[in-house]
Amino acid sequence: MAKNCHNDLKMKYSVDEEFPDLSLHNNHMAKVLTKEIYGKLRGKSTPSGFTVDDVIQTGVDNPGHPFIMTVGCVAGDEESYEFFKDLLDPIISDRHGGYKPTDKHKTDLNFENLKGGDDLDPNYVLSSRVRTGRSIKGFTLPPHNSRGERRGIEKLSIEALASLEGEFKGKYYPLSGMTDAEQEQLINDHFLFDKPVSPLLTCAGMARDWPDGRGIWHNDNKTFLVWVNEEDHLRVISMQQGGNMKEVFRRFCVGLKKIEEIFKKHNHGFMWNEHLGYILTCPSNLGTGLRGGVHVKLPKLSTHAKFEEILTRLRLQKRGTGGVDTASVGGVFDISNADRLGSSEVDQVQLVVDGVKLMVEMEKKLEKGESIDGMIPAQK
Amino acid sequence: GLILCFSVHLYVARVKPSPPCFHSIRGASSPTLPSTCHSLPAEKKKLKMASSFSRILSSKRKIQILSLVGGSVTAGFLLHRDHVSAGGVPVRRSYPASAEYPDLRKHNNCMASHLTPAIYAKLCDKATPNGYTLDQAIQTGVDNPGHPFIKTVGMVAGDEESYEVFADLLNPVIKERHNGYDPCTMKHPTDLDSSKIHSGNFDAKYVLSSRVRTGRSIRGLSLPPACTRAERREVERVVVEALAGLKDDLAGKYFSLTQMTDEEQQQLIDDHFLFDKPVSPLLTCAGMARDWPDARGIWHNNDKTFLIWINEEDHTRVISMEKGGNMKRVFERFCKGLKEVERLIQERGWEFMWSEKLGYILTCPSNLGTGLRAGVHVKLPRLSKDPRLNSILNNLRLQKRGTGGVDTAAVGGVFDISNLDRLGLSEVQLVQTVIDGVNYLIECEKKLEKGQDIKVPPPLKYFK
Repeated sequence: MAKNCHNDLKMKYSVDEEFPDLSLHNNHMAKVLTKEIYGKLRGKSTPSGFTVDDVIQTGVDNPGHPFIMTVGCVAGDEESYEFFKDLLDPIISDRHGGYKPTDKHKTDLNFENLKGGDDLDPNYVLSSRVRTGRSIKGFTLPPHNSRGERRGIEKLSIEALASLEGEFKGKYYPLSGMTDAEQEQLINDHFLFDKPVSPLLTCAGMARDWPDGRGIWHNDNKTFLVWVNEEDHLRVISMQQGGNMKEVFRRFCVGLKKIEEIFKKHNHGFMWNEHLGYILTCPSNLGTGLRGGVHVKLPKLSTHAKFEEILTRLRLQKRGTGGVDTASVGGVFDISNADRLGSSEVDQVQLVVDGVKLMVEMEKKLEKGESIDGMIPAQK
Repeated sequence: GLILCFSVHLYVARVKPSPPCFHSIRGASSPTLPSTCHSLPAEKKKLKMASSFSRILSSKRKIQILSLVGGSVTAGFLLHRDHVSAGGVPVRRSYPASAEYPDLRKHNNCMASHLTPAIYAKLCDKATPNGYTLDQAIQTGVDNPGHPFIKTVGMVAGDEESYEVFADLLNPVIKERHNGYDPCTMKHPTDLDSSKIHSGNFDAKYVLSSRVRTGRSIRGLSLPPACTRAERREVERVVVEALAGLKDDLAGKYFSLTQMTDEEQQQLIDDHFLFDKPVSPLLTCAGMARDWPDARGIWHNNDKTFLIWINEEDHTRVISMEKGGNMKRVFERFCKGLKEVERLIQERGWEFMWSEKLGYILTCPSNLGTGLRAGVHVKLPRLSKDPRLNSILNNLRLQKRGTGGVDTAAVGGVFDISNLDRLGLSEVQLVQTVIDGVNYLIECEKKLEKGQDIKVPPPLKYFK
C-alpha cells in the first residue's frame, strides 16, 4: 500500500539528473550524501510512502546555519531509520560522537539514580527544566502525517492526559479553539508555542495544516507541560523556578511513565528500540531526546577565555535565554546537556547538575578575584 | 527501439492536447530529448511506455479499492483500528475522508468556498499520472486561511492533468475566479496578433512605463509545486536552449541564479530584474521554493526590454517592458518574442501547455487563459484622491496596485493599473481594454486638472 507514485516519476530520470546541488551546503546530510548512497536509496519508499527525497528536502533547502551544524534531514516515520540507514547511520554517527550502527542505547528514567541536584544555588540558578519528546507507535511523524493521523494523535493524547491525577491533574488547550483569555495566559506563562517559522522546520513540512490538531496541555501547578503535534508528536516538559533540578527530574520521570502506561494500554506505546532509544523526528533528538537545563547567571565566567572549553569538557552547551538561536541577556545563559544518544537520561541530567554546580563555584571564585585555573575539569 | 520512437512521435502530433494518455506517452519517452534516448535502450523504453499506461490503470484500480475501504464514513478513531500486516510492519492507516477533511471554518479563499466534504471524499484518493494528489493541490489554501484584501485562490495545479483529475473542485474555483467562465461549456480565445491594437501610445506626461507579462508551461513536465529537481533542470535546459536562438532586438543572455557573479547580480538588481526566493507563504506552502536556487534563472535581451524568469512561480514568466507609454510596441515585442520562443521549442519537439477550454495552463488557476497582465505605471494625483476611482476602475475592468506590485501601496499618486481578467478574453482584447481604460483615466485626470467634472463610465461586458 501507499506506493509513492510521485517517486516512480523521479525514477525516469538518472541519479545525476536528480541529485541535489549541495556545493554550497554545510549540514550533516550534505556531508554524508553521495551519489552512490542516493542512487541506492532513491527507489525505496517506507510502507507509508516516505522517500529519501522527503528525508533530505529540509537539508537541500537550508544550506547551513551560521552557528550550528544542522542535521539537514528528518524522519517521516519509524521505518525511515531502517529504510534509509545507509544515509542516516553515518549522519547519526557524526552527530552523536561516533555512535555505531551496532551500539546499544541505555534508557534510565529512574530519578532515584540521580545524585544531588537539589542544592543548586538559587542566587545563580534562576530556573530548571527538562524536556524530551515522544513519538506514538503506529503513526507517521510530523513531516509526513496526514490531518487524520494528526487528529488521531491529538485525540489519543487528550484521553491519556485527561486521566492523570494528583500533581499531574491538568487541562488541554487546543490551538484552534483557544479563547483570547486562555491564549493571553499561556503567553504570560511562557507556555504557548507558535507556528514554526524556522525554514528548517517549514521546509520539512511540519507546519502543514496549522493549527489543526495542535495544542498544549499543562498541569494545574504549571510545572508539567505537554506540547501536542509541534515538531514531534509529544514534547514533554517539566520545569520550575529555582535550582531544584532533582525535583524537576523526579516529576519528569514519574509523569512520563504514567503517560507511557496509558498509551501502552491503548496499544500505542512510544516508538523506541534498543539501538536508537526513543525515535523522534529529528535524528539529533534520538536516544533520550532529553535536554535538561538551567537558566544560570554567569556574567564573569561567560566572558572568561576558557568558557567554551569548560563547557565542552563538561559535555554541556550554552544558548541564550530565548532558547536555540538566541543571545544571552544580562549574563544569563541557558546551559544544558549536549548529548542525546549513547548515554541515559540519568547520565545526562547528572552531567548538567554536576557541571552547573562547578560553574557556579567558578563564578563565585571569579567574583572574589580568584583564579579558576585549578578547577578546569578533565574531559568527561 | 528507433522505430518505436518514430511512430510514437507521429502519433503524438495528431492527438489533441487534452487526454491524459498523451502526457504519459510524452512523459515516458521523449523522442527528441537526447539524454533520455541515449540512456534508455529499446526494451527499457517499451517498458517505460507500458509502465506509464499501467500507472494510469493501476491508479484507477487503486481508486476502486480505496473507495470501498474509505467509503464507510465512520468517525471512529484509531483506538479501534489497529492495522498491522502479517509481517509485523505497520501499514499506513487509511482514514475515511471525513477524518481527513480540512478545517476550513476560518478560511476565506476560493478553494475553501468550493471544497465540500462530498467533493473532498470523491477526489481525495485520486492522483494524476505523475502522482500529484488533492491534498497537495489544496495545501496552500489550508495553510493560508485568507488574505486581508484579496480573496486568494487557495490551490494550485501540480501538472497539466491536475486540471482534469481535480476538475470537480477546479471548475467551480475557476468559475468563481474568472467571472463565471465555465470550462465545461466555454472555449478560450487566444490571439497574439498585435497588429490589431489601436491607439496604444500614451501621453508620457502621465504614463511612466508600460509592461506586459504572461507565463508559459512546458508540456510534459510537472509544474513548480510538484516538479522534481530533474524536471526543473529540464525546463531550464529546454527554455535556455530555445532562447539562445533569439536574434536581433531579441538576442540576449541567460543568468543562472546558482552561477551568477556578484557584478551580474548587482546589475540585475539595479535593473529591477532579479527575482528572489519566494517568501510569501502562499507560494512556499505550495512547495514552489523547494531546492532553491537550483535551475532558476533570468534571461533578458541585450536591450533589456524582453525578460524571462525561469522556474519561479511558473516554468516561465515572459515580460516585455519599457519606459514611457508605447504599450503597442511593448505588446508587439511581447507577441513576437512569444511566437519566436514557441517556434524554437517546437523545433526541438516541445510545446506549451495549452487547451481549448483553459487556454495557457499555468500553476495558479488565477493565471489561466492568457496568463496576461498588461499594465502601466501612471501618474494620476488628482484622480487618486477621487472617491469614484474604484468604481471607474471596476467598470473599466481594471485593477490598481502600488508601484511595488501586488500588495504594495501607491506612492506619489503613481499607480500600477492593469487588466483584471485573464480567462475568456484574448490577449488582444485584454491589452486593448487596458489601453482604452488608461486613456479614459488620463482624460479624467486632464479634466480634473482643468477643474471639470468626470463621469463614471458604464461597466464593460465580460466575454464579448
